[in-house]
Amino acid sequence: MKFLNEYRDAEVAAAYGRALERLTTRPWTIMEVCGGQTHAIVKFGVDALLPREVTLVHGPGCPVCVTPVELLDKAMEIACRPEVILCSFGDMLRVPGTARDLFSVKATGADVRVVYSPLEAVELARSNPAREVVFFAVGFETTAPANAMAVIQAHRLGLRNFSLLVAHVLVPPAMEAILSSASNRVQGFLAPGHVCTVMGFSEYERIAQQYRVPIVVTGFEPVDILQGLHMCIKQLEEGRTTVENQYSRSVRREGNTRAQALIRDVFRVCHRRWRGLGEIPQSGLALQEKYSSFDAEERFGRAGPAKAESSECQSGLILQGALRPEGCSAFGTRCIPEHPLGAPMVSSEGACAAYYRYRLSAAGNPGPTGIS
Amino acid sequence: MPGVEEFIPSCPLPMDQYPTIVLAHGGGGTLMHQLISRIFRPVFGNPFLDAGHDGAVFALTGERLAFTTDSYVVHPLFFPGGDIGTLAVNGTVNDLAMCGARPLYLSAGFILEEGLPMDTLWRIVKSMGRAAEEAHVQVVTGDTKVVDKGKGDGVFITTTGVGVITHDLAIAPSSVRPGDLVLLNGDIGRHGIAVMSVREGLAFESAIESDCAPLADLVASLLGAGIEIHCLRDLTRGGLASALVEIARDGRVAVTIEEHVIPVCEAVQGACEIFGLDPLYVANEGRFVAFVPPEAAESALAIMRAHPLGASACVIGRVVGEPPGLVTRKSRIGITRIVQMLSGEQLPRIC
Repeated sequence: MKFLNEYRDAEVAAAYGRALERLTTRPWTIMEVCGGQTHAIVKFGVDALLPREVTLVHGPGCPVCVTPVELLDKAMEIACRPEVILCSFGDMLRVPGTARDLFSVKATGADVRVVYSPLEAVELARSNPAREVVFFAVGFETTAPANAMAVIQAHRLGLRNFSLLVAHVLVPPAMEAILSSASNRVQGFLAPGHVCTVMGFSEYERIAQQYRVPIVVTGFEPVDILQGLHMCIKQLEEGRTTVENQYSRSVRREGNTRAQALIRDVFRVCHRRWRGLGEIPQSGLALQEKYSSFDAEERFGRAGPAKAESSECQSGLILQGALRPEGCSAFGTRCIPEHPLGAPMVSSEGACAAYYRYRLSAAGNPGPTGIS
Repeated sequence: MPGVEEFIPSCPLPMDQYPTIVLAHGGGGTLMHQLISRIFRPVFGNPFLDAGHDGAVFALTGERLAFTTDSYVVHPLFFPGGDIGTLAVNGTVNDLAMCGARPLYLSAGFILEEGLPMDTLWRIVKSMGRAAEEAHVQVVTGDTKVVDKGKGDGVFITTTGVGVITHDLAIAPSSVRPGDLVLLNGDIGRHGIAVMSVREGLAFESAIESDCAPLADLVASLLGAGIEIHCLRDLTRGGLASALVEIARDGRVAVTIEEHVIPVCEAVQGACEIFGLDPLYVANEGRFVAFVPPEAAESALAIMRAHPLGASACVIGRVVGEPPGLVTRKSRIGITRIVQMLSGEQLPRIC
């Protein structure tokens, strides 16, 4: 398939692996910001081609993971109202709130529907005038223009039964929060290619300058990611800290200005809590005053206060390479693949699950046969 | 700007213990296996069930029989390349074929929803008739129930099948041996994408048709040629990946496959890219894997390729001994990754 196969070429990927080997002289920790990039790294095994000195830290660019618990709980509360059709992107359904997920709420009879575009939700509202249609608007700057379009469309159609539960988040403030953190180890970024397709990359130039980090706008295929890493490490090795664009087949410096105008028309910047990170100032989007009648929180009440989540899981430290799985007090006792306390023990690709499996094998035990 | 106090990236854990049935329990993944191992097996457990195969195989007065059942719920009832009727016949025929049996007789139980147009039922039953004829089986007994409007989805069909086994092979996960090659009869993912495209009203440039087809004739050709088949499994819900994980687990072997040789047509690949789906987990209704010893692979492939349902058959991987239960795939960039079962059906990704 054109524009895919050439970016998944084993020989080109291996050549980049060798080039990175030659280039890297010191340990470097680089964050790929976007969940789509993380997915490709794990799926294709890009990490296995990197020199030992390079540590990848998976960033907060996964909208389903960073949506705060209180908004998930609010979505479930709204979905349980008999008049409501709650529309969501598919992968939101499995994300747990305080006690349940949208899958379980659907199982109790709530009308929860997976849509592929917010405009489908607008159409549902138009064709079901007696129902309240609520769209769970999650995502970064990438999904914001389409969600803005849905509000404008609903406004044009004069719909009074359509609203958005807005959980939008913005990338640059999250990067700044990470860079300002006392425990930060990130020395360079692969910036999210799709977000930058919409927003351009001028706002990253200030971050690169102020925090002295190289930022490379990067695509989503294995060769994109390897090339992005090569550009980023080259800057680190040479002591440069600028913004470079690996994903030039999609991204321009100024971005998609029409999409940006749509976002500005419909949304305003607000404070937002991120699951796993806490509140980050000016890091979210909320509806503009003039569109407040489309705000599901105006219609069905505000989400509750922030909820603290406590977990014994030290996955964050493990993902950053600061702790080895067997160094965790829960490893292999309270946390096993059948009863995981955190993500690295869930996925068989997860660091803890891999350690668990091989530690058992090494000890001469038969090892777990199921892959849970 | 103030930073977060401590930057600890972490992902919320998906739920794996539900107090009620959720849709994902029917998705052919780990949640479905949880139901089987925690609810059904403790009550019904016996050596036939514990074999973890597509059907039970037992001897009656000297003759070996295969016995299987399956229920069909699909929305919409009609999709490109088939309908619930063709599925209900072919699905059960294929489960019998995967036991190495020649399918003979089916039962058909219909649960009809009040208000179902008579014409719709007629179309479905006619498709079942055609599919049965094509697969050389007869529907010899049946049942009909009607539920209140709103308590069904038009039609649910359950078919049960009986077939006869006329060879001496033990075709089951427990017969799989290290060294065996894994053969696949064609490109994957058509059924899942075909149903999804009509269910969600998605229009692609070229219509993708379901691969729904009866596999018994192709399996009979392999058996007739004396191919020493160790195991067969049709790829349904959960796709190729889940089928391989089941066999590796139940056969206590490891399986390794090469992603770049697995055929996926461009239309299916394109749809998967748009929705963030992995074709390895997308449903099929006319595809299967055969585990055969390496010396039999070449003739098996030749027989498959000579059959209309196996024209693009290929070797996709092999069985290794250790560690039992593990399936790995060599990714397109040549790196080995673990293949695992999903909790339920794949969900389209937002990013």
